[in-house]
Amino acid sequence: MGKNLLQKVWDQHTVRELPTGQTQLFIGLHLIHEVTSPQAFEDLRGRGLGVRVPSRTFATVDHIVPTHSQERPFVDTLAEEMMVAIETNCGEFGISLFGLDDDRQGIVHVVGPEQGLTQPGMTIACGDSHTSTHGAFGSIAFGIGTSQVRDVLVSQCLAMDQLKVRRIDVTGELAPGVYAKDVILAIIRELGVKGGTGYAYEYGGEAISSMGMEERMSICNMSIEGGARVGYVNPDETTFSYIRGRPFSPGDDEWDEAVKYWNSIASDDDAEFDDEVSFDGAAIGPNVTWGINPGQSVQVDGRLPKVDELPQGERESVREALDFMEFEQGVSIAGTGIDVAFIGSCTNGRISDLREAAKVALGRRVSPGVKALVVPGSRLVGEQAESEGLHEVFLQAGFEWRKAGCSMCLAMNPDKLQGREISASSSNRNFKGRQGSPVGRTLLMSPAMVAAAAIAGEVVDVREMMGG
Amino acid sequence: MGESRITGTSGRAIPVRGDDIDTDRIIPARFLRCVSFDGLGEHAFEDDRKNFSDGKHPFDRAEFQGASILVVNGNFGCGSSREHAPQSLMRWGIKGFIGVSFAEIFFGNCVANGLPCLTLEAAEVEEIQALVESDPGCLLELDVSERRVRVGEKTYSAGLRDGVQRAFLEGLWDSITLLLADAGDIDRVAARLLPLKERP
Ligand code: SF4
Repeated sequence: MGKNLLQKVWDQHTVRELPTGQTQLFIGLHLIHEVTSPQAFEDLRGRGLGVRVPSRTFATVDHIVPTHSQERPFVDTLAEEMMVAIETNCGEFGISLFGLDDDRQGIVHVVGPEQGLTQPGMTIACGDSHTSTHGAFGSIAFGIGTSQVRDVLVSQCLAMDQLKVRRIDVTGELAPGVYAKDVILAIIRELGVKGGTGYAYEYGGEAISSMGMEERMSICNMSIEGGARVGYVNPDETTFSYIRGRPFSPGDDEWDEAVKYWNSIASDDDAEFDDEVSFDGAAIGPNVTWGINPGQSVQVDGRLPKVDELPQGERESVREALDFMEFEQGVSIAGTGIDVAFIGSCTNGRISDLREAAKVALGRRVSPGVKALVVPGSRLVGEQAESEGLHEVFLQAGFEWRKAGCSMCLAMNPDKLQGREISASSSNRNFKGRQGSPVGRTLLMSPAMVAAAAIAGEVVDVREMMGG
Repeated sequence: MGESRITGTSGRAIPVRGDDIDTDRIIPARFLRCVSFDGLGEHAFEDDRKNFSDGKHPFDRAEFQGASILVVNGNFGCGSSREHAPQSLMRWGIKGFIGVSFAEIFFGNCVANGLPCLTLEAAEVEEIQALVESDPGCLLELDVSERRVRVGEKTYSAGLRDGVQRAFLEGLWDSITLLLADAGDIDRVAARLLPLKERP
């Protein structure tokens, strides 16, 4: 029996077995941002320790940065304090920072791949649960807490428990109007929000291999919403050609050797998996969440569940979700009115996402009363969009065009829902309170579906706006 | 550090019911605007307490003040990796958890802070929650060495992974000492990986 990618990368990065039975794993790339790192640096100072391999840690600012005016000092003094902290910490410990004065600034999971830092066969850690995004390149990438951020800074290693691997095949071809976001929402609905606990998800099959890197990132990004800390896709030509020429990619003289290594770490044809499941990609339609976790979704032409028809064990959480959302059971999701439309985040704030949304917005108008904003995932994504004129398309349609950051994905900056507002959002979490108002409501969907909802003022099937 | 052994904890318990309670609910994002974990204790579950509980959230109820063992249901702590979640609970006074299951990153954050999370069957957890609700004064014992939970006369055998149990019992849960034990090995692994550098 052959090995899967996780086993190979794991072996390659194992420093030793720890007395606890865990593995001491070397971390090839460590990414940090302003929210989960300050306490780690404080801890280092308290212990009189330094950063062991500063050249393998990169920092950016994303969570708290305002997307309107990024002028310093920020109006929010707490946010300003956090900005100063990361600037000071990176300066003092010799870490590269893509700050607000740097063209490379943006959401940490957009920036890593964009700069060519994210490469196949790496172990990647970041104090952020959506680090699984980087698995799209065939790396083993996972979120960690602040104590572990400290561990990586100090030792470039983590104490980790080995993961099992579930192979998820998505066969066939996706229908027009169906995107990576729809695929991952379908997977999470089927396998559950905790179905991935203890597992890494290996995504493969025709539908995945025919996707571009940005779509693969959207899929891997939301692995954690299914409980899987890691999600990855085996590297292939699509991966290599995305990486080639990016600032931190291997140079031309090292390229062939790198590709050889990257090919060698892909899962063997006869690799063993702890579990295998398969989805029919052609059967997946546009999906929309109706509840308070990313597993609670339906196809846009479907209906909300009826509590009495569910197994006993599911009734309570469905009832809680319906109560919170103030939705009737059994009604169709299409036609649900929205107040806010948000296009952005590390799930769907990349250039291909903006292009798809702009196609829908072109020549149309945002429904009166809907506040619609587009927030590019990084400054470079924003510049690319502007060079293609996408910002004009959005502005003419009545969307706001903002600067890069996490924005309304978690609303740590001024972009927040108000009161009971309902938002159509291309982000990854519909938890209670996630978008800034404790009682605000979130419907997750693809960026094209968000654009369609913004224009219709309610949830609609984007395929109806795609000219047949 | 690294020398403090944790064999268990005991005290009064506080039940918080519900599956899939995410870290956004444990500590809402606006409280993450801080450079230190101090002061997070008072904001634990803040939005749930203010908006959905009519003042009856367990964290607000007089009979549960001073409790130190949090009894939860399935997939507790899912979502964001924020260590602010266990930090806020710890600063409120929680020293250990009993639940049906815990999300992985949350679990790891708890271990890193010396907070044991023991698992029981769903029905057992519900039994304990009901008991604590009817008798908030009862004492619970969370035993890491024996992987047991004791409530009054009753003993439940609990789940805790071997490696994690060992880390607690041998005082290895604060991983820095372990990770730096042989720095030469770290350099050897680094040397066999592709370098990470900017193109000229
Ligand atoms: S965009 Fe959202 S999920 Fe992604 S890193 Fe920012 S806050 Fe986290």
